[in-house]
Amino acid sequence: MIMQKKMIANHFERLSNTDKTGEKAVYTFVPGNLNELIWSFDLLPVHPEINALQSAMRKQSGDYVLEAEKIGHSEDVCTYVKSDIGMMRKGNIGPTGQRLPEPSLLLLSYTGCFTFMKWFELLKQEYKCPVVMLHVPYQADGRITPEMRFYVTKQLKDVVIPKLEEISGKKFDLDRLRTMLASSARSEDDLVHVWNAAKNKPSPIDAYFGGVYYIGPIFTAFRGKPECEEYYKTLRAEVDQRVKDGLGPITPDGKMHKEKYRLVVEGPPNWTSFREFWEMFYAEGAVCVSSTYTRVGGLYEQGFRHDPDHPLESLADYCLGCYTNRNLPSRVDIIAKDIIDFQADGFVVNSIKSCNSFSAGQLLMMKEIEKKTGRSGGFIESDLVDPRYFSAANIKNRLESYFQMLEAKS
Amino acid sequence: MSETREIVEQCKVLYEDLSLASVKEWKQRTGGRAIGFMPVYAPRELVHAAGMLPVGIMGGGENLEIIKGDAYFQSYICHIPRSTIELGVTGRLDCLDGMLFPAICDVIRNLSGMWQMLFKDKLVRYLDLPQEFTKEIGGTFYKQELQGLVHELEKLGGKKVTPEALRHSIKLFNENRRAIERLYNARAETPENLPTYELYLVMRASNVLPVEEHTALVEKYLAAAARQKRNKLDNARVVVTGAFCEQPPIALIRALEASGCYVVDDDWVLGARYLLGDVAMGEDPLQDLANAYLGDCVETASRYETRLEKGAFLIERVKRYRAEGVVFCAPSFCDPALLERPMLVEALNRANVPHTSFNYAENTSQYHVFKEQTGTFADSIKLWGTA
Repeated sequence: MIMQKKMIANHFERLSNTDKTGEKAVYTFVPGNLNELIWSFDLLPVHPEINALQSAMRKQSGDYVLEAEKIGHSEDVCTYVKSDIGMMRKGNIGPTGQRLPEPSLLLLSYTGCFTFMKWFELLKQEYKCPVVMLHVPYQADGRITPEMRFYVTKQLKDVVIPKLEEISGKKFDLDRLRTMLASSARSEDDLVHVWNAAKNKPSPIDAYFGGVYYIGPIFTAFRGKPECEEYYKTLRAEVDQRVKDGLGPITPDGKMHKEKYRLVVEGPPNWTSFREFWEMFYAEGAVCVSSTYTRVGGLYEQGFRHDPDHPLESLADYCLGCYTNRNLPSRVDIIAKDIIDFQADGFVVNSIKSCNSFSAGQLLMMKEIEKKTGRSGGFIESDLVDPRYFSAANIKNRLESYFQMLEAKS
Repeated sequence: MSETREIVEQCKVLYEDLSLASVKEWKQRTGGRAIGFMPVYAPRELVHAAGMLPVGIMGGGENLEIIKGDAYFQSYICHIPRSTIELGVTGRLDCLDGMLFPAICDVIRNLSGMWQMLFKDKLVRYLDLPQEFTKEIGGTFYKQELQGLVHELEKLGGKKVTPEALRHSIKLFNENRRAIERLYNARAETPENLPTYELYLVMRASNVLPVEEHTALVEKYLAAAARQKRNKLDNARVVVTGAFCEQPPIALIRALEASGCYVVDDDWVLGARYLLGDVAMGEDPLQDLANAYLGDCVETASRYETRLEKGAFLIERVKRYRAEGVVFCAPSFCDPALLERPMLVEALNRANVPHTSFNYAENTSQYHVFKEQTGTFADSIKLWGTA
C-alpha cells in the first residue's frame, strides 16, 4: 500500500509539473490500455476513470456529477463521464489536490465500452485537442480472430504510433517497447500468482475489495515500469507469507478472523462508500476470492502475457481480451469456472446503474451461472461515483438475506 | 376512405402486428428464411441476396405488455431490449431464422450475447461496424465482417450468394433509398400533405416488407399524398433527433404534430436512410457495400465522426429543410443519444438554432407533458422567432 501510494503521488506530482518540465499528457482509458506504448514515447498517461473513482473515494465526485448535470448532462448516463466533466469545469484539480495537465492527445482505445467514444468526443470539444481512435472489435463469438488482431495491429502501426510520434516529437523505439513489455509480463506473472493464492483456505486476500488495490499499478500508469515490477514482487512475497501463516485478508479494520463465506463478485464496486460497502462483507465473514472487475484491464490468468517477441500483436490481444470486451456466454464461463476453481459458496452481482457494458444482461448471466454451478447468486445495485445511488440500508439488507440463505444451504 | 388513409391503415396493420404474420406469410409463400436485425444500420442487401427477408426489429412499442422481459433487465436500462426479449421469449419472433445485432451501444451488444444463450438453435450475429473509416484499415476489416456474414447466410440457406445476386439486391435497395429520399423531401416541402404520423408508418413498413414492395408502397403513398391537398397550418418547422433506436410511441408523434410542429426531418427508422448515396454496383459488391459504409453516411451517435465538427450534420439538415428549431427526443437511459445531446446542443447554440429536449420510453402512455412542452416551443418560435 505504501509503495503504491508513493508511485501514485510521484505520478500526479509529475503530471502537475508539466508546464515546467514540458512533458505531455495522453489521456486514455484503463481497459486494454497501451501504457507501455505511451511511456515508450516519454508521454504521461492519464486515466480519467481513475481520476473519477479517486474523486469518489475522496467524496468529491458528487459535486462533480451535479456540475455536469447542471450544464445539460443527463441523469441517466455514466457517472464516470460526468465526474470527469465536472472536475474539469471546476478547474481540473485531480484527486491529489494538484492540477491535472490538459491532454496533448486523447488516445481513444475503444475497448469494451461504448461510452468511451462519447466521453472523448466530449473531451475533444472541451480541450480542442487531437483524438486518435483505436477501434477494438468485440469478441462476439468468444474468441480473437486473426482478422481482429490484424485490424488492431494495423491501426497501431498506421494510425496510433504515427500520432504518438507526432505529439511526442520522437521516433518509435521498438526495442524500448520490447523491454517494457518484458517487464509487464513479469508483473503479470506475479499478479496471477497473487490471484491464485485465493484458492487457499482461508484466502489470504480479498480479491475484490483488496483486489482493486492490487490492480492499481498494473492497470493504470505503471505497467512496464521497474517500480511496477518491484511492487508485484513485494506483493507476491507478502501474500505467500500470509498463506504460510494461514492468515486471511487484511481489512480496513485489521485482520479478518474467520472466513465464513467465499464469494465471486461480478461488476465494479461502488466508490463513494467503498469502505462501508466492504464492511458489509467482511463484517459477515464474507471474503471475495475472485472478481470480474479486477479483470477489466486484462485476464492474465487465462494465459495472456505481453510478449516482447510479438509486441504489437500482443498489445492488440491485450486490447481485445479485456473482460467487458467478451461476449456474455464467455463472461458466464469465466465466473462459473472461478466459482468452481476457487471453491466459492456463491456469487454476488453488484449491478452498476451507469455502466451498461457490465450491467446489461447480468440477470440472465446469473441464471446461467446458477445452472452451471449449482451455487446461488446475490444481486445488489449501486453506482460507480454517484453518491445518490448508494443506498446502504437496501444493500445491507439484501446482502444479509443472501448470507442467511448461504448459511441455510450449507 | 382516402387513398393515403388506405395506405396508412395497411402500414398500421403491419406496425401493430407484433407476431410478424406478414413475415410468416412471406416465408410460406416463398419458402425463404427471415433474418431479424436491430437498429441502427445493417447491410440488408446481403440478407436479400441470400434469398432471405431482412426484418427490422425495433422493440415492442406501446402495444406490448411486458410480462417476462422486465425480469431480464434492471430498471435503469432502456426499454427496447426488454420488449425485444419479451417478443423473443414469448415466441413472437420464432419465424425469424436469425438475428443480427449491429454495433450501436453496450446494451444491444450485450443483447446479442443474451440471444446466444436464449436461442441457441438460431443464427445470432453481432455486426462489428468499424469506427475507423479508411479503405485500407476499417474497410478491410468491414469487408471481412461482411464476408463472414455471407458465409453464415450461405450455410443457413444452403445457397451461394453470387455477385450477381448481390448487385441485384444493391440495385433494389438503392431504389428504395431514393424513394425514401423523395418521401422525406416531399414532407419537408409540404409537411401539411405528408403528416409525420403517416410517413412514420410508411417507414416502419420497410421493416417487414420485401424491399421491392416497400419501394412501390412509398411511391404509391407519395402519389396519393400529392393528390390529397390538406390545409397548411401555421406550425413551426422542426427537426427531431435522438430516436434512432428505441422508437417513440405513435401517439407521441401525433402529439408532437398536434402541438404545432411540422416535423421536417427525423432520425426514426434511420437504418433505411443511413447511407446517403447509392451503393456502387461494380465487380466486387462486398467492397462496394463496405465503401458505402465508410463513405457518405448520416452522422449519428453510434458512429465516430471524424470528418465534421460535431453537430455540423444536424445544422446542415436544419438549413436544408428550412427548420426553425430542433427537438431532442430520446429514449430514457439511451447512452448514445443522451451523451451526444450536450455536444449537439452546444453546436446549435453556436448556430443560434432554438431547441428543446425531452425523454420518453417506447411504452410511454402520457403525452400531455410532451405536447405542452413542444407546443410552448413551437409558440415561442412563431411569436418571437426563438425559444
